[in-house]
Amino acid sequence: MRYLITVFLIVFGQVVVAQDWEDHQIFNAENATTSLRIVSSTDTDLFAPLIEAFVAKHPDVGVDYFVTGTAEIDRLFRDKPKAFDIAISSAMDLQLKLTNDGFALRLNGVLHPEWAQWRQSLFAFTSEPAAIVINKAAFSGYPIPRTRQELIQALRARPEAFRNRVGTYDVRKSGLGYLFATQDARASETFWRLMEVMGSLNVRLYCCSGEMIDDLITGRISVAYNVLESYAAVRAESQNALEIILPSDFPTTMMRTALVSRDTLVPQQAERFIQHLVHQQSGADKAASSPLPLLGGEAGVDRATIALEPALMTFLDALKRAKFLSEWTSALIQD
Amino acid sequence: MDNPTVSGSLRYRLGLTLIGGAAVLAVLLFFAVRSYAVQVAQQGQDNILVASVTSMLDAAAIRDNAVEVDIPYAAFSMLTTPADDRVFYAIFQDGTFLSGYRDLGYLGPDAGLENIFGFANVRGVLVRQVSASRTLIGANKRTEVQIVLAQTQDALSATLDQISRNAALLGVGFFALAAALSVWATAATMGQLDRLTTSVTRRGPQDLRPFKNSVPQEMAPLVQSLNSLMARLDQSLSQSEDFIAEAAHRVRTPLATVRSYAEATLQRVDKEENREAMRSMVKAIDESSRAAGQLLDHAMITFRADHLEREDINLVELVRDLVLRMTPIAEMKDLSLSVQGDGSVPYAGDAILLQNAVRNLVDNAMKYGPAESLIDITVRAEPHPHIMVIDRGPGFPSHEISTLTLRFKRGQNAENTIGSGLGLTIAKDVAFAHGGGIKLENTLKGGACVTLSLSS
Repeated sequence: MRYLITVFLIVFGQVVVAQDWEDHQIFNAENATTSLRIVSSTDTDLFAPLIEAFVAKHPDVGVDYFVTGTAEIDRLFRDKPKAFDIAISSAMDLQLKLTNDGFALRLNGVLHPEWAQWRQSLFAFTSEPAAIVINKAAFSGYPIPRTRQELIQALRARPEAFRNRVGTYDVRKSGLGYLFATQDARASETFWRLMEVMGSLNVRLYCCSGEMIDDLITGRISVAYNVLESYAAVRAESQNALEIILPSDFPTTMMRTALVSRDTLVPQQAERFIQHLVHQQSGADKAASSPLPLLGGEAGVDRATIALEPALMTFLDALKRAKFLSEWTSALIQD
Repeated sequence: MDNPTVSGSLRYRLGLTLIGGAAVLAVLLFFAVRSYAVQVAQQGQDNILVASVTSMLDAAAIRDNAVEVDIPYAAFSMLTTPADDRVFYAIFQDGTFLSGYRDLGYLGPDAGLENIFGFANVRGVLVRQVSASRTLIGANKRTEVQIVLAQTQDALSATLDQISRNAALLGVGFFALAAALSVWATAATMGQLDRLTTSVTRRGPQDLRPFKNSVPQEMAPLVQSLNSLMARLDQSLSQSEDFIAEAAHRVRTPLATVRSYAEATLQRVDKEENREAMRSMVKAIDESSRAAGQLLDHAMITFRADHLEREDINLVELVRDLVLRMTPIAEMKDLSLSVQGDGSVPYAGDAILLQNAVRNLVDNAMKYGPAESLIDITVRAEPHPHIMVIDRGPGFPSHEISTLTLRFKRGQNAENTIGSGLGLTIAKDVAFAHGGGIKLENTLKGGACVTLSLSS
């Protein structure tokens, strides 16, 4: 961490307009002549190694790393395209729509496989499956469910054990949660049945994977559905209490994506950062280790099932979204 | 000879016309293929847009008095292109915006009519858009759902670029092929003219036969004119030869009569000065008679050279025969003739012409050879058949050797000798008619050496 200064800053009085950041860190402030402003949905501790490797290679570039939710990134980017240089988000659909709407800069210098980029503007750099994470304590003496169907059966078998103790994304607030839910709904009717069961158990709704995992560890909930496997894996290592299940009936795997703002003032540095990002995450550089899953995926994890294509915009349509949310609400929130 | 006035070249004109035509066709081909490709590619994009917008309209329904458009995932999925084209859409209900992109305007007519295609500029990019609508009938109302779907044309442009490149290659290939064919066609056409030119050029100076080889239809009039020109030339030539022969013949007969009178008179005249005059007269008459004879020979040779009658003869025999007949005249001048060389030289030639030629050579040798000298006649078959006549006279004046074979040309040292100057010309014409030639040189001792060579 030679070039790195980690500074936690209070929210007010920043260059960027007052904003409720989940986190904000500045890398390599002392040597930097230019600065990249990155707005991201990825937790700093997961992403920091990538930034540190970048500033080590480019000592003249500093990085301003802001963390917020996926829906907020989309809103910020649309409101003020000049305010940030790079957007990194796990919500593929929102990122694709940003690109489709012309907010992304075309980067011809980035070499990336066809399936992992869109319009040479939006670049995927991880492959991350959605997982069911359980607190093992809740299943002691019972078989661990391996599919959604088995989870439904397990929940139905012991409703009292799980009442108020199941959690999933609040798709109204989380872009990633909405993406996972819509893709699940597209894949199978099982999703709706699971939602109805979870609804009947008085489901807890979360904004983020991190909080769900926190509550799993404390034992506040026993089952979390559609948690990011990458986040859970980091915590599961230290917490023996958790078990991560990748549903074997159908996997839902998303790709974390990055794009450079059309209005960036430092296009060259931004392009270099994206090049660095996709190179590190391609696994070509064996020495570089990243806490984030590689794009090629690890053994047993197939290529992303959610493709980067215009169809991702389908569920972002206002009418479609309203319909989906009303169905989701009626299934999950049973007053 | 006058060179013809040259203005332009048929070859270039023909070649340029053909190649220029090929170039124009190649360019036309390129644009035709490209415009067809544009049509087909645009048709392809339009079809997909229509399929997509139709599936969206199909998903429209009235539920609880509100319009619901449950866009199928496939509607946008089918718009995926290799160039990742951007997609824009807008949904309206009776002209009121419901969802999608507000910057798209509905172009379509009332419900139920054809889809309306068009181009528009959305967010600074050119898009192809289709407008379509569908009437929904609910429990107590009719409403119209209108959808505009637009897509950028990156993939289409890429495809068109590819097709344009291929079309350009096609055009260039076509042009190259057509140009090569043009060059070939021009060469083939001009080849006919060249062939005629060659066959005219290659003809001997006396050859005035009409052209019999087949020529293309277009050249037939030219060959016809050429043939008729040559026929007239041939006729006038033979007329003049006939005239010369006739004239010589008519002059010779009275000359013989005059000579015999002069001889008779010489016997009767006693006065020495008168006798001298009479002798001069006889000599002049001899000279005229000999010239007339040679003119006759020459005319005959000119005629026979055109229609050479070859037969198998032995040159040695031919020469010996001739020498035998000339020996009396030689003896009168105290000259001796000797035939040397190979024992037998077979040759296929015109005996009369060859005899004539050798006689003229021996005649010349006898005229210039001093009294009591020897004339050597050598006949050999190697390296090719030739007859060499050597006398012991003064030889040819060295500066005149090249011109002596011209008609009526006599050497400067011949003033005291009878002759017309046709002897060597006759020998040369005969040699040429037999595909050979004549060579004049002087021997080391100063005598003249004439070699008549024939083709082997």
